[in-house]
Amino acid sequence: MALLEVNGLSAAVDGQPILQGIDLTIEEGSTHVLMGPNGAGKSTLGFALMGNPRYEITGGSIRFGGEEITELSADKRAKAGMFLSFQNPVEVPGVSLSNFIRNAEHMQTGQPVKLFGFQKQMKSAMELLSMDETYADRDLNVGFSGGEKKKAEILQMLMLKPRLAILDETDSGLDVDAVRTVSQGVRAFQQEGHGALLIITHSTRILEALHVDTVHILVKGRIVETGDAALIEEINARGFERFTQEA
Amino acid sequence: MSGQEKQTVADVDRTLYDFKDDESGSSFYRIEEGLTRDIVLQVSEEKHDPDWMRDFRLKCLEIYQNTPMVPWGPSIEALDMDRIATYVRHKSDMKTSWEDVPEEIKNTFERLGIPKAERESLAGVGAQYDSELVYHNVREEVAQTGVVYTDLESALRGEYAEMIRAHFMHLVPPTDHKFAALHGAVWSGGSFVYVPKGVHVDIPLQSYFRLNAKGAGQFEHTLIIVDEGADLHFIEGCSAPKYNVANLHAGCVELYVKKGAKLRYSTIENWSKNMYNLNTKRALVEEDGIMEWVSGSFGSAVSYLYPSTILKGARSRMDYTGITFSGEGQDLDTGAKVVMQGEDTSCVISSKSITKSGGIGTYRSSVMIGRTAHRARASISCDSLMLDSISRTDTIPAMEVLTDDADIGHEARVGRISDEAVFYLMSRGVPEADARAMIVAGFADSVSKELPLEYAVEMNNLIKLEMSGG
Repeated sequence: MALLEVNGLSAAVDGQPILQGIDLTIEEGSTHVLMGPNGAGKSTLGFALMGNPRYEITGGSIRFGGEEITELSADKRAKAGMFLSFQNPVEVPGVSLSNFIRNAEHMQTGQPVKLFGFQKQMKSAMELLSMDETYADRDLNVGFSGGEKKKAEILQMLMLKPRLAILDETDSGLDVDAVRTVSQGVRAFQQEGHGALLIITHSTRILEALHVDTVHILVKGRIVETGDAALIEEINARGFERFTQEA
Repeated sequence: MSGQEKQTVADVDRTLYDFKDDESGSSFYRIEEGLTRDIVLQVSEEKHDPDWMRDFRLKCLEIYQNTPMVPWGPSIEALDMDRIATYVRHKSDMKTSWEDVPEEIKNTFERLGIPKAERESLAGVGAQYDSELVYHNVREEVAQTGVVYTDLESALRGEYAEMIRAHFMHLVPPTDHKFAALHGAVWSGGSFVYVPKGVHVDIPLQSYFRLNAKGAGQFEHTLIIVDEGADLHFIEGCSAPKYNVANLHAGCVELYVKKGAKLRYSTIENWSKNMYNLNTKRALVEEDGIMEWVSGSFGSAVSYLYPSTILKGARSRMDYTGITFSGEGQDLDTGAKVVMQGEDTSCVISSKSITKSGGIGTYRSSVMIGRTAHRARASISCDSLMLDSISRTDTIPAMEVLTDDADIGHEARVGRISDEAVFYLMSRGVPEADARAMIVAGFADSVSKELPLEYAVEMNNLIKLEMSGG
């Protein structure tokens, strides 16, 4: 049984149709990449899958783990095992990064999170992401640099261990070293966590060190091509021109 | 504190503050309602005042009668002094052991967690029930350092009588405003603290004020003198059950911070929503002295509350951190006032306001930099968070600067909870209501950080209560 099954999904923002009949199936533990030119609707798909109320579902359905989730609120989707790494993580003053993760874990599992084990896990995940320990006690994303914000997203993913993580442009705005670090975190999630991934990107740098199963090309709200990792090479060499012309 | 205990605290609901004891029985003495010369004389007699205090009360009554209501601020028309009993007390004396406190009153304070807090984290406790202190005690080792912590009444008759007379309502004279005069006429209860030169009281002292009687007023007077080089943290807590008639709180706090001394004064106020909270607090700070205010205002129908500080001595300093939460039917006018006189004095005012369900929150401040206050520095910031579009928030900062070398910063921000932030938290598994509460608690965090743990927990619970509309 597929982990995520999207059938004919259409979505609009402020009355403006963006997604037009998306079909997408992601198996447990597999890594999918969603590429496409700017304005194709990539981020919209991420938000629609996660249940952002600003994105109105105008048709189709989303099933996750065999359950219909099209109408579920974002927190229930998270509880079911979905995660979205934001392109622009929101600053939340007065809530420390580590308290927040521990709280979220508690709310997702309904179980109190034991402090000792939690701190140990946090420490090793932060080391993997070359994050300074002091970030754990800082207010969530407040005053973080672009790179630290993205690392904090990946840190949350590693700690919350979702079944499916959607990474929305996690590599955008990062320097080469930061991309490599973030990519290490994602690889750890693939290998140790056996989590499935939908990596939304318009560049390919973050993919260099990752195993990729399937690549989708999104143009003007439609998936116009699905293939294996070889598609990445093609995009690298020739860009999206072939697909935009066809669309 | 273990996770287990926190859990129990978190489950608290409004009933914690709302339970009330029936005072119709014969164990309570209640003065006739209203405010007349006879009533003031009765209060004075009840309290066995020295003559000067009786005369002072009568003078205050006269000032009260001749002083008009303030022409600004929230309406207090619904407050009718003819229907307020200014003095209510249980017919037993103040005790120094909880064992001896009458059962029903002891239970009230047990439920509010006062004896437990005393055992665990306080150097001394005073507990006032209606008009009188029912309990006062200070740890032996603290008393041995010469620290005096007692009810004001016994201080008036003891070895500190002259000290009290030299300070009582000198900082807040009865001519200050109408309710200061009222306070002078019918004041009862409150605490007197004296910290001798150089003594550092490492753990806080706390007074808790509970107004249980319906249609009554509470007029406690707190007088604290922190002598040269001494250090004290004083905590004040207040609560009351809700009635459908107006209750009045017009307390007065006078704080003297001597040369090189430091005083932190923390308040968590959770009056019920039928309370008119017209409280006056003022501090006088000498050379190199430090005055810190931490203030959380959650309750009352109407509040006028502006802790004020006179920075008299050179290099004296004031820090004010306050938060006000106005919900349905509440009009809370709060802020801070500072008069800078000494050279190189400085103040930092950081105020936050949360409004919800039609509540009104007004930040009002006054910073006055006098001619002698060369190189004074003042930094003022106020942040407001409006939780819906029917609530209101106003900022009224006043500033008067009579020097040409002052360094002043002021910023004000008004915001709402962004949908984006709510969705972000929800995407991590936090339900919507919790996400909102988390953002609000985060907004209040800079204040709760300044509070002792139990109070920070209480404040977060109050925020949760308010958020759930309880």
